[in-house]
Amino acid sequence: MSTDSTHAGHDHHVAHHFRNAEHEYLTSKEGIWLFMVTEILMFGGLFVGYSIFHNIYPEMFAEGAKYLDWKMGFINTLVLIFSSLTMALGIYFLQKNQPKKAVVSLAITILCGAIFMVVKYFEYTHKFHLGIFPGRLLDVAKVGAEHANLGMYFGFYYCMTGLHGIHVLLGMSLITWVLFRTIRGDFNSNYYTAVEGVGIFWHIVDLIWIFLFPLLYLVG
Amino acid sequence: MASAAAHSDKNYLNESSGLWSWLTTLDHKRIGIMYFIAVMFFFLLGGVMALLLRLELYSPGQTIMTADQYNQVMTYHGAIMVFMVIIPGIPAILGNFFLPLHIGAKDVAFPRLNLFSWYCLMAGALLAFSTLFTHKIDTGWTFYTPYSIKTGTSVVTMVIAAFIMGMSSILTGLNFIATVHKLRAPGMTMYRIPLFVWALYSTAILQVLATPVLGITLLLLSVERAFGVGIFDPALGGDPILFQHFFWFYSHPAVYIMILPAMGVVSELITAFSRKVIFGYTAIAYSSLGIAGVSFFVWGHHMFVSGQSTTAGVVFSFLTMLVGVPTAIKMFNWLATMYKGSVLMRSPMLYALGFLFLFAIGGVTGIMLAVVAVDVHFHDTYFVVAHFHYVMVGGTLMAIMGGFYYWFPKMFGKMYSESLARLSFVFIFIGFNVTFFPQFVLGAMGMPRRYFDYIPAYHSLNAISTVGSWLIAIGFLISLYVIVKGLISGEKAPANPWGAKTLEWTVPSPPPHHNFDVEPVITAGPYEYR
Amino acid sequence: MMWFNYAQAQSFMPTEGTKIASQVDNLYGFLLAASFISCVIVIGGMIFFVWKYRRRTETDKTAYITHNTFLEFLWSFIPLVIFLAVFAWGWNIYHDMRTMPKDALEVQVTGKQWAWEFEYKSGVKTGNLLVVPVNKDVKLIMTSKDVLHSFYIPSFRIKQDVIPGMYTSLWFNADKLGEFHVFCAEFCGTQHSGMLATVKVVTQAEYEAWLIEESQVGMLPLAQRGQKLFQAKACASCHSVADASAKVGPSLWQKFGTKELTEEGEFAIDENFVRESILSPNAKTTKGFPKGVMPTFQGQLNETELSALIEYIKTLK
Repeated sequence: MSTDSTHAGHDHHVAHHFRNAEHEYLTSKEGIWLFMVTEILMFGGLFVGYSIFHNIYPEMFAEGAKYLDWKMGFINTLVLIFSSLTMALGIYFLQKNQPKKAVVSLAITILCGAIFMVVKYFEYTHKFHLGIFPGRLLDVAKVGAEHANLGMYFGFYYCMTGLHGIHVLLGMSLITWVLFRTIRGDFNSNYYTAVEGVGIFWHIVDLIWIFLFPLLYLVG
Repeated sequence: MASAAAHSDKNYLNESSGLWSWLTTLDHKRIGIMYFIAVMFFFLLGGVMALLLRLELYSPGQTIMTADQYNQVMTYHGAIMVFMVIIPGIPAILGNFFLPLHIGAKDVAFPRLNLFSWYCLMAGALLAFSTLFTHKIDTGWTFYTPYSIKTGTSVVTMVIAAFIMGMSSILTGLNFIATVHKLRAPGMTMYRIPLFVWALYSTAILQVLATPVLGITLLLLSVERAFGVGIFDPALGGDPILFQHFFWFYSHPAVYIMILPAMGVVSELITAFSRKVIFGYTAIAYSSLGIAGVSFFVWGHHMFVSGQSTTAGVVFSFLTMLVGVPTAIKMFNWLATMYKGSVLMRSPMLYALGFLFLFAIGGVTGIMLAVVAVDVHFHDTYFVVAHFHYVMVGGTLMAIMGGFYYWFPKMFGKMYSESLARLSFVFIFIGFNVTFFPQFVLGAMGMPRRYFDYIPAYHSLNAISTVGSWLIAIGFLISLYVIVKGLISGEKAPANPWGAKTLEWTVPSPPPHHNFDVEPVITAGPYEYR
Repeated sequence: MMWFNYAQAQSFMPTEGTKIASQVDNLYGFLLAASFISCVIVIGGMIFFVWKYRRRTETDKTAYITHNTFLEFLWSFIPLVIFLAVFAWGWNIYHDMRTMPKDALEVQVTGKQWAWEFEYKSGVKTGNLLVVPVNKDVKLIMTSKDVLHSFYIPSFRIKQDVIPGMYTSLWFNADKLGEFHVFCAEFCGTQHSGMLATVKVVTQAEYEAWLIEESQVGMLPLAQRGQKLFQAKACASCHSVADASAKVGPSLWQKFGTKELTEEGEFAIDENFVRESILSPNAKTTKGFPKGVMPTFQGQLNETELSALIEYIKTLK
């Protein structure tokens, strides 16, 4: 979420249509929360679809979950929860006017995101290797699947984790952006709206994963 | 306020110049104008397609196009009119321009996001039009599975285009909610905002809550086509009806995204041209919210014969009846506003009255369709086509025209030819009824919609309908002429040509870049005609 | 209830072929009358106010009336009562529409792009023609081979989507003799508007005779059997047989024994060519016609039926 205008340097310029910095901050925050509502509803649609078909084909979903390594998922869950903590710390340090510590926190957050994506990469490539693709591309014979429509489970798997992964990547680039601006000295205890906005986004992305993990890995 | 007009010749139009200053503008008024230009172009395109469809249907059998071409034109007409004209129509053009002015703000909450929304719509539209040069899609704008999975046309491109345009709609809604919550001028309580703003606010809630579900539905449809995941494909163990549930969960609220802002415009027009305080401000405001709320629970009335359970059909029929009540409340409130008023029949008021007339018919036929046993006969016939055109064209488009003629002097600082604007109304209004009233009869007789060809018994009514479409076209051409002529050689407009009371009329025409030189302080409601 | 009988007579609804149809029409008649009255109130009121309170001078003073709770209650409550009444009425009829009768004559219906197939218990199959006895409950058990269709008989006021991968059902009890239209009401592609069928309501005796006649198709000469089959499989919705005009597919008139230019080259139209065109239609497609339009009939026709079709095509001169 962009604020109207920002200058390089230490002073944040309040956009002309706001009364003061506080007004701008509260408005931006509301905008970000509204955007999060749309994100949650979008994933909500996927969750509804998942639950419907899980009800129709419980055994097939249980079989699908067997191909997932819950340990990998669990590691990723921990990594993301930890990154939420460092993200929150980043904002906290900016509020305390400690930009250096904030930079470190944000950098660790990005690193966590990267670890998450690397683990995801190994999970994906391992599945591709086994012939586990979404939908009709799933090689039933090679996989030795008991259910002919196992591709549906992996359709959901790739859709949900893929869309989530895109959000992680997006979050990482946004955090990189605020990281650079923190280094440049744009933020201080009076103005840190962008960091907080990115933080809210990151927390929501983590939250979605916390729902995805048990649904996909632990079901069955 | 005459002194304000003399204060400076600078306004939002001449404050900077050049195409680039427009394409990068953050001014909500300029963005509104850019939406206007784009939507007018889309409307022209969709309108020409409508004329072609009617021409094909003039007589049974193949006349000017093949069945496949008909299905394509039918699809594009629907998709363009829904996603590019009616949904962005009022919120993005009139809403963008007047929402901040109405609440005494200098801009919307997020001006960059506002510009980005416009580019989203353009990108989506370009992508949608790109399919015209590859495999033209023929699924109808509803993309029902499994046809949309099986047809060999560019469904995925079109669906992604709709997704991007949906994003534009979400961001506009988000922007408006934040603007209404946070940017109201001092003293502008929620019960002092004009009803147009209440309508836009209710609409924005729908845009934010419903559109993401469309997004994910369309995404799943693309995945289904690309990978054969089997969610919607019965051959792979999926459920094609699930798509309809998902689709209408968005698209029913979407019809209120289309009509609620129109109701807001009509509230403004009727009170301004009756020069009288609106009757039942709270009732109208809350009925907007009420409609928005209930609209999330009525999607199944599009699916009475789809194979959903009988119980679901009954429940959805019941809930749909509940939407009728707030709609009726609005109609009666508008009437009561004219009672003991001082009604001036200027062209914007003509369009507002046209709205009342056509929306009354659209509304009662809506109740007929909500009665489940009757809908079994009417579903997917021309009765439905006539009903939603009465509501969407007779309702929303009439309101767009009325609102546009009402605010034209404010937007461009020029007046237009009143007599030609009235003539345009006469053609549109009569042409509309000639086109669509016979379609109610055709539907009652049983003619299904999306029919390229029909049995000879339906011929004469179809021919009448086609002739009506020409009258509508003439009406809109006259309006186009009125606009162009007004822009080029219209007289200079005063700040408040209609004697209306809302805030936008207190600033010069056209408004200055920052809207208000001094932040207004509000001490009373929006319609204090005493 | 004269007033809504009048409205109903003006409603342009098609012939009432069943009792349910007249029930629906009664409700529709009521709705029409009630709608007319409300439109007169709203539109009439609007025109009256516009005229009565037209602006007379530029300085007109208007009444300052912000609301009237009693009036607002009335115009919320009265519509609500009417809406709930028509809802309940509609529910009642819908309940009858959707309650399947026991001991009904069951017919299997299959929708496919772009024809209707009917199959009776005795094995008799027809294409685009449903013959039923009068005053008898008939239940249709329907499914689709490809995409969504919707089985719609306007005269009976019934409609139901036909869905691949599941069964939906409809029932009716026709009380008028005659022929009635069947439309496809769910968009299904190119020939959607051509996906028509006829319901023929006949007496019980005629029905039985027809059924026997149809089941003796096996005794007919091969070409005539082929002709029956050609109708039952609704081949004619895509291939003309009486002249050279092209429909969705090429005409079959005077084709046998000639040569056909296909995407794959030129071939003589002989028994094997026709056989292949029926069983794997995408192997060779006539130039100018797209691939993938014609469905395969593999597994749906036995050897005798194939020969019958080929014999029939030979007779198209």
